[in-house]
Amino acid sequence: MVNEIMQTTRPGASTSSTIKSVVNNLTFRYGDFQALKDINMVVHEKQVTALIGPSGCGKSTFLRCFNRMHDLYPDNHYGGEIILHPDNENILSPNVDPIEVRMRISMVFQKPNPFPKSIFENVAYGLRIRGIKRRSILEEKVENALRNAALWEEVKDRLNDLAFNLSGGQQQRLCIARALATDPEILLFDEPTSALDPIATASIEELITDLKNKVTILIVTHNMQQAARVSDYTAYMYMGELIEFDVTDTIFIKPKNKQTEDYITGRFG
Amino acid sequence: MKLSYLSSLLKRMRIPIHNTKDTLVGTPATRNLRYDYKRHLKERVIEILLFLAAFFSVFITFAIIYMLISESLVFFEHVSLREFLTDTQWTPLFDDAHYGILPLVSGTVVSSAVALLVALPLGTTIAIYLSEFAPFTVREIAKPFLELLGGIPTVVYGYFALLFVTPLLQMLIPDLPGFSLLSAGLVMGIMIIPYVSSMTEDAMRSVPMHLREGSYAMGATRFQTAIKVVMPASLSGIAAAYILGISRAVGETMVVAIAAGMQPNLTWDPTEPAATITAYIVQVSLGDLPHGSIGYQTIFAAGLTLLLMTLAFNILGHLLRKYYREVY
Repeated sequence: MVNEIMQTTRPGASTSSTIKSVVNNLTFRYGDFQALKDINMVVHEKQVTALIGPSGCGKSTFLRCFNRMHDLYPDNHYGGEIILHPDNENILSPNVDPIEVRMRISMVFQKPNPFPKSIFENVAYGLRIRGIKRRSILEEKVENALRNAALWEEVKDRLNDLAFNLSGGQQQRLCIARALATDPEILLFDEPTSALDPIATASIEELITDLKNKVTILIVTHNMQQAARVSDYTAYMYMGELIEFDVTDTIFIKPKNKQTEDYITGRFG
Repeated sequence: MKLSYLSSLLKRMRIPIHNTKDTLVGTPATRNLRYDYKRHLKERVIEILLFLAAFFSVFITFAIIYMLISESLVFFEHVSLREFLTDTQWTPLFDDAHYGILPLVSGTVVSSAVALLVALPLGTTIAIYLSEFAPFTVREIAKPFLELLGGIPTVVYGYFALLFVTPLLQMLIPDLPGFSLLSAGLVMGIMIIPYVSSMTEDAMRSVPMHLREGSYAMGATRFQTAIKVVMPASLSGIAAAYILGISRAVGETMVVAIAAGMQPNLTWDPTEPAATITAYIVQVSLGDLPHGSIGYQTIFAAGLTLLLMTLAFNILGHLLRKYYREVY
């Protein structure tokens, strides 16, 4: 099954085809509600994979399996596997520490959620969690992360200001910098622009495109144009199922599945 | 039916419905637009009643402050402010009368300090546990019990201190007297815990989940998230809880009156007995001092001192809250 997907995607894949993660028969249930049903997919390294679909289709739920976010709440049950490479380890396994997973797979949320700390301390948060105390290392990593998040020039003179004083778009870039500071292998974006205005959205999208040389990106979006603009691969989900997964151009130009086509062309959703 | 469909269609197409040939009759109006005096009068009466309710509490507050100040002024006609603030003895009912408030203030400060050393760390720890760690069922069971602790009459706490805690402490500190600030303070601390923990927990729980998720997503543990993100985010609420705790400790009466002794004593040693401001007021108001005598006036001066102390803490709390205003 997985091989099948890999083969169908490979011919169209633009550059790299290294596999970062493989999703095998993933199911997810909270309480009695089956939120994800038998999902199979691959995540290509240093590529942007978009998850699209109508509200409630499970795309955010799927994304949040990658950093075991569901572990924070009771009565959640994973099934199947998400294999992370190069370890070749199922990150959903009970033997895997969710904190270790989150150390390597970072996340940016729908609403900018800076901590009630200074700009510097927000970015340094993950580093401090990892026990880094040396001021020089912190300063260097914070600066790098802010540069990578295209925020350095705007905040370099006020690193000690409270993060809440930034604008919404800046706050979201700060959250991206925070996630980048710890050099994650995968960066998860959960509708990162849905709370932002069009200009801030454009800058975040540009940033995502720039970042894909450095990190594997998974992005949930309900904005199809956004998926078309930023992603290399797109997965269309509906009612907890993965309907179609392919190279973004294929999904948008000639989808194989009628349902996908209907959604893409705006006939429903 | 058909007509209304047509008009809605026209509206959607943004074609004006009324052109010059149309008459402006349409369907008859279902309500007239006249100003409804009755309705607005009713609204006004309700508004006035609500205002009076709010005004009443403000009025009472000012009445109390007025009474304290005016009666204290009578006191300060006999005793200079200098003597009041610097004399080291408080013996207004003795023949050799001294009117130094310091012994009472020291008793209040020491007993409150002991209480806060118990209540703030314990209350905060409980709040962190209940808000960030406790499973739903544990929290639902533990919280009412904790709040029950706040419902026990203070006089019961007083006797608990005098008859249970003091003997217990005397086993550890053999020469501890029967009345002591330490015993009263400890029990007062236990009494205040529910106030501190309950308000602190409310403040921490009101921190939005997406902030916590941000921390967890960085690989933080529950404890790191609680200390580094949730607590700073709820600092203003926590400050309010602490201030309330301090005010309760400073103003608490029964426990200290019963367990700390009634003897004014200028000391910073918690193992000694000493009267607090509140204990003194109880003692004097229960006695039969003639109305208008200087001894009688002392309770107002003492009361005013107490009011100023709690007021200072409240203002401090207000400033803290303004300074650390939470913005998510």
